[in-house]
Amino acid sequence: MNGEELRAETSAGLQELLERDETDPVALAIEEGSPLRLREGPVLAPGDIDVEFGEDETMIINMGPQHPSTHGVLRIMMELEGETVLRSKPIIGYLHTGMEKTGEELTYVQGATNVTRMDYLSPLHNELVFSLATEALLGIEIPPRATWIRMLMTELNRVSSHVLWTATNGMDLASTSMMIYGFRDREMILSFFEKATGLRMNHNYIRPGGVAADLPDGWEDDVMAIVETIPGRVDEYDELLTGQPIFKHRTEGVGVISPELAIAMSATGPILRASGVAWDLRRALPYLAYDEVDFDVIVGTVGDTFDRYAVRLNEIRESCKIVRQCVEKMPPGDYRAQNKKVTPPPRARIDESMEALIHHFKIFTSGFEVPAGEVYTAIESPRGELGCYLVSDGSNKPYRMHIRAPSFVNLQSLPPLLRGGLIADAVAVISSVDPVMGEVDR
Amino acid sequence: MTTGQASAAELAGVGEITVNGAGGQEVLHVTREHYLEVAGALREAGFEMCADLCAVDYLRHLERPLPEAVRAERFEVVVNLVSLEHRQRVRLRVQVPESDPVVPTLFNLYPGTENMEREAFDLFGLCFEGHPDPTRILMPDEWEGHPLRKDYAVGRVPVQFKQAPGPR
Repeated sequence: MNGEELRAETSAGLQELLERDETDPVALAIEEGSPLRLREGPVLAPGDIDVEFGEDETMIINMGPQHPSTHGVLRIMMELEGETVLRSKPIIGYLHTGMEKTGEELTYVQGATNVTRMDYLSPLHNELVFSLATEALLGIEIPPRATWIRMLMTELNRVSSHVLWTATNGMDLASTSMMIYGFRDREMILSFFEKATGLRMNHNYIRPGGVAADLPDGWEDDVMAIVETIPGRVDEYDELLTGQPIFKHRTEGVGVISPELAIAMSATGPILRASGVAWDLRRALPYLAYDEVDFDVIVGTVGDTFDRYAVRLNEIRESCKIVRQCVEKMPPGDYRAQNKKVTPPPRARIDESMEALIHHFKIFTSGFEVPAGEVYTAIESPRGELGCYLVSDGSNKPYRMHIRAPSFVNLQSLPPLLRGGLIADAVAVISSVDPVMGEVDR
Repeated sequence: MTTGQASAAELAGVGEITVNGAGGQEVLHVTREHYLEVAGALREAGFEMCADLCAVDYLRHLERPLPEAVRAERFEVVVNLVSLEHRQRVRLRVQVPESDPVVPTLFNLYPGTENMEREAFDLFGLCFEGHPDPTRILMPDEWEGHPLRKDYAVGRVPVQFKQAPGPR
């Protein structure tokens, strides 16, 4: 089959939310938030159902892609009856820049720079999952200090991501002071990142073979200052939001998802945990050295917007606990694997050794070759399971790099969460899913 | 998977070709005919979540390492399933020929694959038979071609600007 025929056959029609009688019955069930229903037996065509409301009584509206509460360029089409959401469909792709295709054109050394721009609120997690996948294909071990530095940095990144989420969530729910506090506290962590990696975001710090540089002098004091300040600030957020009647009314019982549906929709991260499933990859399938630190997996009971808020707020506290343990247990030693083919030599060696100069030149021009094979690695990012499926053909560039983006998958849970709620609640629900559009569209 | 734990193939009682990939990950090679059957058996055996579904275009890497019984085709659909109960992962790899790029949908077993299959259709042009909403997801509706295919070159899309000065 040539391309032309295939296109003709696969020309699929509009991505948008269509009128009821033009929608496939199963797609209609998805949009109505009940994808698990009507699996067996005959399905009624929408035209045959004698609906109580006429077509002209409902209205299909767009929310986004320019709506401030959609955190970027998410567009949600909703069918409304009055102010009640009957069905909805997220429409994405407005930020699609083909990063997976770009990743095939970059070497493994350059790859971390590309992936770090996907989820721009937790760049270190993206770098980590890419590096872990590359290292699994290479079959190299990284020294313990590199492992613990990675843990320290990614946990701090989780704190900064959740703090920013609390800030924007507060803003969505009309608590602008929360936004100011959140951005203020996130800046503490970002300035430490700047000190350690040179950049506030998009660090390219975690690389295949270890990390780019050792932690700066006096890092213990900086990190301890962060973990001593943040829990106190979290208590302030707690005071500001948790008991506040307006916040409670807007979040409690809004956007409920059952654990069965969350699992069926492949939702991970705080959405899944808020519905009561204790699934955290750091605990369930430990990577790095998470089996050596003590922390709790936070779960909710109801699975509503409030639970997702509470899960994230308490995860900040747990992450601070992990960071403290990282400071205590940080082993001495090298911060990257001493593998001449993978990691560049120290700067001082280049002046005295011709061989070191050659390796340095080789690594930064053509990179290193990775044995043919395929691997899937997954880590727990602030938004859920972040996976990297890497295929190598034995060259210095990935043959295929696929990132399993948690926000992309979690967006599927929006129709069940929005169903039956008010359009004002949609703002709270979208915020509670915490989509990062850079990662959704890649 | 820790040592001493039953493999996914043993748990589900499926006799597909099992290989261990990099890092000891369990990989099942399934044919298109047995794809749904194996996925269903795995779901019954506790692999209740589909973590990921993606496609790979092996146009330029057809001689990849594969078990002997598997006939290499141009496309491959890769499905990652997770068992929350057994804390285990398994990966299914399905060979899809270029001449007939059709795979049955996993939607009825794992509704969470809806977006992922749409993405694989959009970027690779694989059709998922029975998918409720087989539309593009990342690219615009009227886009021609499937960008992640290896014969879809980067940087060859002519971009024209209406306001560009000078003769064209």
